[in-house]
Amino acid sequence: MATPYQDRKLPAPLVNAENKPFFDAAAQGKLLVKFCAACGEYHHYPRAICPHCFSDRTEWREAQGTGTIYTWSVLRRGVPVAYCLAYVTLDEGVSMLTNIVDCDLDAVRIGQKVRVVFKPTDGGPPVPMFSPA
Amino acid sequence: MTIKGKAYIAGAYEHPTRKAEDKSVAQLHAEVAKGALDDAGLTKQDIDGYFCAGDAPGLGPLSMVDYLGLKVRHVDSTETGGSSYLVHVAHAAEAIAAGKCNVALVTLAGRPRSEGSSGTQPRNWGTAVPDGPFEAPYGIVTANSYAMVAMRHMHQYGTTSGQLAWVKVAASHHAQHNPHAMLREVVTVQEVLDSPVIADPLHRLDCCVVSDGGGAVIVARPEIARSLKRPRVKVIGAGESPKGQSGGRLDLTVSGAARSGASAFEEAGVKPADIKYVSIYDSFTITVIVQLEDLGFCRKGDGGKFVADGNLISGTGKLPFNTDGGGLCNNHPGNRGGMTKVIEAVRQLRGEAHPKVQVSNCDVALAQGTGGQLGTRHASATLIMERE
Repeated sequence: MATPYQDRKLPAPLVNAENKPFFDAAAQGKLLVKFCAACGEYHHYPRAICPHCFSDRTEWREAQGTGTIYTWSVLRRGVPVAYCLAYVTLDEGVSMLTNIVDCDLDAVRIGQKVRVVFKPTDGGPPVPMFSPA
Repeated sequence: MTIKGKAYIAGAYEHPTRKAEDKSVAQLHAEVAKGALDDAGLTKQDIDGYFCAGDAPGLGPLSMVDYLGLKVRHVDSTETGGSSYLVHVAHAAEAIAAGKCNVALVTLAGRPRSEGSSGTQPRNWGTAVPDGPFEAPYGIVTANSYAMVAMRHMHQYGTTSGQLAWVKVAASHHAQHNPHAMLREVVTVQEVLDSPVIADPLHRLDCCVVSDGGGAVIVARPEIARSLKRPRVKVIGAGESPKGQSGGRLDLTVSGAARSGASAFEEAGVKPADIKYVSIYDSFTITVIVQLEDLGFCRKGDGGKFVADGNLISGTGKLPFNTDGGGLCNNHPGNRGGMTKVIEAVRQLRGEAHPKVQVSNCDVALAQGTGGQLGTRHASATLIMERE
């Protein structure tokens, strides 16, 4: 059995002043993560104030775009198209909620190496998703 | 300050409806309030504190106090999703201990079944929710959020689908005796495994029901509780703990119960081995396993083995749980299971559970809730109660 990935209509993210650089970069095919110059730690989702040390010295960094699947689940019922929700741990160390795409969804495994791709949303900026590296 | 012994659960009522097409949400709140007052032997005039959460229509206590015609001097609308009502009992005990009120009413009601809700629908994201833009596009719903926790738990600890299924099997053994339960048929592990996969690795029978209904409890000052004719259920310990993604340092297999449970046990001065009955929030089978581990009923990672072979079934297992059938079989009013967790624990402590599931000599019980989503951010609440 296989569950080939299919495109589906993605709700557009609600862009605001705080998260705009992330989605502007996504439109350029770049994945940004927030880095805190005060504590030296990355975080995600991105905030103006570091959730680890509460410093406002946070800055955007371009991520390598590679990571490892932390966990996943294919939603198979109640939706028109099955899709794979997942957390991917970026090589920078932070985990982000995402989808695994462009592959057989039945072959997805925890620990699998993945690389970022960008998928269009319905009337908004594209969002980062991941496919097997 | 401790709440140990400062307040009693004097009244409890669970609405019998599971589909309330002909009632409003506010009306259900009023009906459960009335039921809990009747159960306690108190009247509306006795209530001077009111507690409600996000299921209450309008501006929470503002709307509901007016609708119910209450005259209160203390309100609290702490919203932690389905665990809110366990938090409310603890906060009511705190308010009573601080002299802010004498008799607190806590209500929950909802009609998601009549309104067509399901665990595979996207949630309603508010425009200013900070996590929304980073989650909504990916199609996270209730079912796949918890499923990711189950998947990770299996990966880290070797937990199996068959072990998850035992949670449902135990719930179904209890539900057969509850005339109000939505699903009264006893199921087997194989039947759970044969039900369709909703979100890997969770099957349909790993998921709780969607039901209308509600419930209410009355929390009272000790002097008042002692003046009533009902068996006395004393609040002896509580804890609450929100837990999220920690800025991307993910640790999905540990719930807030690790902290809320520790706080509650410390305040109550009891250990897991002292607990005779547990109400454990069972939105999904995995929710129960994670919480039992975090509360210390077994070692972290051993939850699957712990629940297997009927260990949660009253009369046969070591730790009887959710003897009303829980969310998996009985009901999940308003998609919020915390209230019914308190109510069944109160029944057990009073000796008023169904005779087929009543735990003998049930003197200390624990109720545990998880509000929100285990897969993103949630709030755990633990409540320990004692029969006096």
